Amino acid sequence: MKHVAIGILAGAVGLAASAASADTLDNVKSKGFVQCGVNTGLAGFSAPNNQGEWTGLDADFCRAVAAAVFGDGTKVKFTGLSAKDRFTALQSGEIDILSRNTTWTINRDTALGLNFAGVTYYDGQGFMINSKKVPGVNSALQLSGAAICVQAGTTTELNLADYFKANNLQYNPVVFEKFEEANAAYDAGRCDAYTTDQSGLYAVRLQMSSPDDHVVLPEIISKEPLGPSVRQGDDKWFDIVKWTYYALLNTEEAGITQANVEEMKKSTNPDIKRLLGVEAETKIGTDLGLSNDWVVNIVKATGNYGEIFERNVGTGSPLKISRGINALWTKGGLQYGMPIR
Amino acid sequence: MSDHDISFVRTEMAQAEPAPRNQVGLAGWARRNLFSTPLNTVMTAVALIAIAWFVPRMLNWLLFDAVWSGENRTACLTVEQGGQLPAGWSGACWPFVISRFGYFMFGRYPIDERWRVILCGLIFVALLVPLLIPRVPFKRLNAILFFGVFPFVAFFLLVGGAFGLRYVETSLWGGLMVTLVLSYVGIVVSLPLGILLALGRRSRMPIVKLLSVIFIETVRGVPLVTVLFMAAFMLPLFVPPGMTFDKLLRALVGVSLFASAYMAEVIRGGLQAIPRGQYEGADSLGLGYWQKMGLIVMPQALKLVIPGIVNSFISLFKDTTLVLIISMFDLLGVVKQSISGDPTWATPQTAKTGYIFAALIFWVFCFGMSRYSQYMERRLDTGYRR
Amino acid sequence: MKSRRRNDHGKGNPVATHEVLHEESPTRASLVYDPRVRSIVFQVLVVVLLVLGVWWIVDNTIANLRRSNISTGFDFLRGRAGFDISDRLIDYSSDSNYGRALIVGILNTLMVAAAGIVAATIIGFLVGVGRLSNNWLIRKIATVYVEVFRNIPPLLVILFWYQGVLALLPAVRDSYTLPFGSFLNVRGFYFPRFVWGEGAWLVLAGLVVGIALSIFVASRARARQMATGQQFPVFLTSLGLIVGLPLLGFLLAGLPLTLEYPQKGAFNLNGGINVKPEFLSLFLALSFYTASFIAEIVRAGIMGVSRGQSEAAAALGLRSGPALRLVIIPQALRIIIPPLTSQYLNLTKNSSLAVAIGYPDLYAVGGTILNQTGQAIEVVVVFMVVYLSISILTSLFMNWFNTKMALKER
Repeated sequence: MKHVAIGILAGAVGLAASAASADTLDNVKSKGFVQCGVNTGLAGFSAPNNQGEWTGLDADFCRAVAAAVFGDGTKVKFTGLSAKDRFTALQSGEIDILSRNTTWTINRDTALGLNFAGVTYYDGQGFMINSKKVPGVNSALQLSGAAICVQAGTTTELNLADYFKANNLQYNPVVFEKFEEANAAYDAGRCDAYTTDQSGLYAVRLQMSSPDDHVVLPEIISKEPLGPSVRQGDDKWFDIVKWTYYALLNTEEAGITQANVEEMKKSTNPDIKRLLGVEAETKIGTDLGLSNDWVVNIVKATGNYGEIFERNVGTGSPLKISRGINALWTKGGLQYGMPIR
Repeated sequence: MSDHDISFVRTEMAQAEPAPRNQVGLAGWARRNLFSTPLNTVMTAVALIAIAWFVPRMLNWLLFDAVWSGENRTACLTVEQGGQLPAGWSGACWPFVISRFGYFMFGRYPIDERWRVILCGLIFVALLVPLLIPRVPFKRLNAILFFGVFPFVAFFLLVGGAFGLRYVETSLWGGLMVTLVLSYVGIVVSLPLGILLALGRRSRMPIVKLLSVIFIETVRGVPLVTVLFMAAFMLPLFVPPGMTFDKLLRALVGVSLFASAYMAEVIRGGLQAIPRGQYEGADSLGLGYWQKMGLIVMPQALKLVIPGIVNSFISLFKDTTLVLIISMFDLLGVVKQSISGDPTWATPQTAKTGYIFAALIFWVFCFGMSRYSQYMERRLDTGYRR
Repeated sequence: MKSRRRNDHGKGNPVATHEVLHEESPTRASLVYDPRVRSIVFQVLVVVLLVLGVWWIVDNTIANLRRSNISTGFDFLRGRAGFDISDRLIDYSSDSNYGRALIVGILNTLMVAAAGIVAATIIGFLVGVGRLSNNWLIRKIATVYVEVFRNIPPLLVILFWYQGVLALLPAVRDSYTLPFGSFLNVRGFYFPRFVWGEGAWLVLAGLVVGIALSIFVASRARARQMATGQQFPVFLTSLGLIVGLPLLGFLLAGLPLTLEYPQKGAFNLNGGINVKPEFLSLFLALSFYTASFIAEIVRAGIMGVSRGQSEAAAALGLRSGPALRLVIIPQALRIIIPPLTSQYLNLTKNSSLAVAIGYPDLYAVGGTILNQTGQAIEVVVVFMVVYLSISILTSLFMNWFNTKMALKER
């Protein structure tokens, strides 16, 4: 019996354990897919649809990275993570990218050993209440004494504490491990208010049993720049993820879309030629450790940043969020792609 | 004053009178068992009232008032909640369970490949049932197949990636199949490991003994959640960078180690109950340590503690639910996820319905195991009972 | 299986290979067969393997930590926590440090464990005695209770209470009003808080004096019974003293007690004491689950006292009350206490399931701290140390209680 047990264990370990070097790019290439950590279910950012495929802005960013590496946006596997699991999963090498509506803070950059590759969504924390159950509340400052549902281990939890302290208000935090649990408890009336990033509030509202009863309060109490992150100490992989993000922005700025990318390759504009790697003697892609048509692959797989945004959270999606500060810098927003040259 | 004065002596025995009406039959039974003293009568009355209050309510909720068909949550909502049912209605929402049944059993295992899981389950039952019935012959062959061959068959069937079977990653596994996989592996690993640890704890070698004691007591002193937490989050820190383990495998390691510490204590109890003479007899026959243990001591010790071992299995089976805390989806995990993460079926009755369904499945398994252990206990009882 | 074991002997023993090398020298060979030598060699091997394994793990861990830039050590415990905890027994705010947050978590664990142990023991004893009742109905109900709760995972019971029962309670505005100014709603159970006024020390003093007098009376009564055989109603006297004296103090001090009733505020009920649904469901689930095991232990304990004991007690003329109190229960307790201890420990450990419903016990708070600081190893060390200490302390106490209860052979 002992032998059998050891045999099974050894077999399982052999099949499941994949020893590889510290070089994430080599590791990713050898296993043939990018392992991406996403939220377990935040509509618009990452949530499995009816067919079990992950959709959303965060999920699409991982597809873009996979397209940059393999030329194929489907070579990505997703791991659903709770707020508490996410950093350990990245540190331990279980995932290659953490793209899970994670706020960029100095503590995470330094003490937790992460490197944020950019800000895919500029957000801020807000509150939502059920206007049927607590009528007459139209400002967060009226929430003194309220029970507030929040997810554990998030910046949201910390901002909440700071905001109520700064305004000298009392509150009862009701803290949940998972996003879905907090939603369910709020819906059941366990809390008076729900707090998370504003984008998340719109997503949560859709899942409530009567979405129209719920009102998002106007206050934004924090800066929540959400972005993908990678482990510290692997600059090559960091560069790839970072420049994938900038490539998405630059293609939008240059007007390159999923539909017209093949045509654009024939463009005479040197900027576009350089971006799409059709310039003679270009080394931009190979310097990154990728092929020279990496930007073409990204746009083919997911479209540019604007397309990803519109499809998942924008006015074309159930969330109906306007671009606002997430517009390109040329249109008065904060999204600014570093030059690819 | 003569003998003839004796007027009459019966020649035959008097017919025995039937017992008083209130001592026999239903009335007598009730009198003895329900109304023997005033206190007893009061308790019976209280119990009857409680039953009369509880049972009809329960049956109504579960069966008579329950909803049996529907497409989505509106089927289980009252008028004020936006459905059609009368206000104040309360009952089980079975269409939730029916529509999610496949998900509860297999998780996100691809629908086209589910026959593999079912086949695996059938082989499991086909091997397990004859093993459990004492009269069926070929026990040894059966055991070898069940513990030695089946794991490999199951491994290739479930994971795939060979023999033309599609590879199904374990992150797609879920539901009852994960519960059963975790329990089966936990049982198969923890029994031998537990035997080794129990022997280690009773060993005369001080270092081996010390290490066994430290392991057993540490694991028994902390909650399983902590062990799983270590397996999930610390294990990756302990190995070289880039080496990753499957999440299910980590849970398996955690559950098995935890169960083996408890198993070790159960088996140690059996070892202690074996009289010294048995050890000395084996020594005098010139048997080595492993021969002594394997041929003389263990068979007797294990037989003594079969009920304890089965109880450990039951605990293990129940403990597998804890993997939901490290974000894995066993039966309870998928039920919980369907309850809180899916607006399609969000109604006030969904949670109760889902958990009662899960409770029923767990109960059937655990109750079955405990009944079997009682049966074996009676069968193996060698007559020491008072 | 048996034949395989025999093979084990040849293969598994590391010294067996040496045997071949030294075949020609009989004295050396016998040394190989010497169990002492074998055991030393085996143990040295185990230690070497262990040291190598630990070294490998430590080496990897240090490398991994350095790579991801995580500092080690317990200094982080002095950092500002920044998050709030709603259930707390001591002062705590987001300005407190991580160490204090952990203490809040530990106290919450202890509180739910203590409450659960008391409730589970009471329910367990009632059900256990019920299973032996000569009332058929009571016996069956107790059996159904035990068989249902014993065979369902505790986590499921917790979730059932939380999401299935307590979440369906009415909103604050439509709270159920219970006697004594208590309320029950979706936010939990509210009841009035005792606010002691001036002179409350008299009540406390009365209680202390009452207990002291009771102990004195009890020892005198025992001495008198030993000497003369006369009995004294110790129980009633003690009850009178312990209840009466504080009551007297209460009256003398001029009723220094006000009740703070829960009042409806803007969102919640304010004032009074609020038992939150998270605590309530954890407490109920742990008590009901563990009680089913305690019931079985109690039943086994009472059945373990041989029938001759109760017959002998009856023969001595003891009525059923004293027979139970003086003969049966003291003997049954000796059988009951050891397994009861392990059930208490199980309950304490199961309280870590709180994390599933968001009750801030040690495990939940520790998890949040880990998430903010990344100090995985330190946090797990804290978990281990705390749970192990609780286990050891409980075992020590129950062992002490056990020796006190043990049969004193004279």
